[in-house]
Order: sequence, then C-alpha cells, then structure tokens
Amino acid sequence: MAGSVLAAVSLPDLATFLVAAAIVLAGSLGVVFGRNPVHAALSLVATLFGVAVLFVEENAQFLAAVQIIVYAGAIVVLFLFVIMLLGVERQERVLVDQFRGQHFVALGLGALVLAEVLLLGTGHWTTGAHATTGALNRPLSNVDELGRAIFTSYLLPFEVTSALLVVAVVAAVVLARRPDRGLDEGEGRPADPAGRAVGDGEVTE
Amino acid sequence: MTIDGAWYLTLAAVLFTIGAVGVLIRRNVLIMFMCIELMLNAANLTFVTFSRELNDIGGQVAVLFVLVVAAAEVVVGLGIIVAIFRRRVGATADDPHELRG
Repeated sequence: MAGSVLAAVSLPDLATFLVAAAIVLAGSLGVVFGRNPVHAALSLVATLFGVAVLFVEENAQFLAAVQIIVYAGAIVVLFLFVIMLLGVERQERVLVDQFRGQHFVALGLGALVLAEVLLLGTGHWTTGAHATTGALNRPLSNVDELGRAIFTSYLLPFEVTSALLVVAVVAAVVLARRPDRGLDEGEGRPADPAGRAVGDGEVTE
Repeated sequence: MTIDGAWYLTLAAVLFTIGAVGVLIRRNVLIMFMCIELMLNAANLTFVTFSRELNDIGGQVAVLFVLVVAAAEVVVGLGIIVAIFRRRVGATADDPHELRG
C-alpha cells in the first residue's frame, strides 16, 4: 500500500521531503542529546533550515525566507551570544536523573504525546470546512497573497504584534540592566552609600 | 503530485515529541528554551500543511504571528536567563526553587 502511495509522488518532491525530514529529525535529536550548548544551537540551525525547505516544498516561499532570516539569523545568534556571554559551554551529563525515574516518566509522556498527535494527524483531520480569508490558488504570488491577508483581514493582530515587539524590547533592556544602579535615580547621578541621591538636599531647600 | 499532507503532519508530530521530551529530560535552561523552539516549529509545519490542504492563506498568516511572538519570547526569556545567571553561576532549572516570596 505504501508503494502505491509513493508511486503517485514525483521523485524530486519525494527526495526533497525525505532529505529535509532527515535533516529536521537529526537536528532535533542533536538539540536534545547534545552535551555542548553550542553544538545544540548549531543543530537547531539545521532543524530550522530543514523546516524552511519543507515550507518551500509546500509553496510557502515567503515563510521559508522569514524562517531563515528571523530564526537562523536572529534567534539562534541571540542564543549563541547568551551562551558565550554566560560561559555555560561546559558539558552537562545528560543521562543522569535529577530525581528518581525522570527519564522513565519523560519517555512515557513523550510516547503518549506522539501517539495522541499521530492519531489526530492521521485520522479525520480535515473537517472540510473552508475558511473565508482567501484561497491559495488565486493567480497571485505567495507574498502578494500573504500581504493582502495580513493588511486586510488580519490588520488588528498585525498592529498588536508591533506593540508586543516594543514591549519585548523595553523588557529586554530593563532585564539586562546592571542591578547595582537603582531604578529610581536618574542616569549618571552619583548616589551615596545610604541610597539617597547626592543632590537631594539642594533640591528640597 | 506532491507529498500527501499526512506525511508532513506525521513529521511535525515526531518533531513536537522530540521537543517535549527534551524539555522534560534536560535541566539546562538554554537547551530547554531551544526545545521550546522545536515545538513551535512543529506547530508551524502543521499550520502550513493545513494551509495547503484546506487551500486557505490563514494558516500561513498564523505562522507569521507565531514567528513574531517566538522572537519576542526569546528576547524576554534570554533576558531573564541572563539575570538569573548573573546572581548564580551555573544555575539549572532546579535552582530557582530557593526563591522565597
């Protein structure tokens, strides 16, 4: 039966899918079982590239480009910066339980998740109901179509994400501040050891 | 003919499971964060597959929003990790249990 399914698929598509799937799975296993965090981050890049190839295979070219630029270009580089900055590239013993039966429980839960998602994935997973936001097979390019959807049907969520990004940037700056400088005092104003700003006396008089 | 959507869904399920097991068995917070990214990518793959199967651009729009939220999440999460490591070198996910409210 599997042969009849595969016979209907063109060979380049099949080869692309199999190679990309192998890269994705090998990279994800490298993330989970890699001892060195730097190697785990590089395995994550392999996984993200494999997923981008699968996006192209599914005619989502814009998302493939964004996947490479945002994930591999920004997020993984941020991970590597933090790894290098903290100096945590020492090795961790992966196979030592932190509490009794941890790996047993983890593998049991993993098998449960896999069975559940596979059941949903291969069962009756399409309801047949089509949404009304726009069809994929209009004579437009993928970028064109995605842009129309974002700037018409999804305009409000799109604007909200811009607010989210601003909040995230401010949060990162606040979190990465040196804690020895108090938040209430102005920048560059020297404070005495009691915590009062030096200039307070003159202001109140 | 292109590959059937069920193959992509199966691959996404396996990828999600690997990420979930990674979060459960690793104690290094950075690796746990990367495993969360694996799970987000599995969900993205599912979104794109359904977008193709149901012939609807909405799935790809959802993936774009997931990408934005993931970027914001990584920025804030890594900021928190840096703040934790500044107080305790070599912290694992088990160490913040010493927090007192």
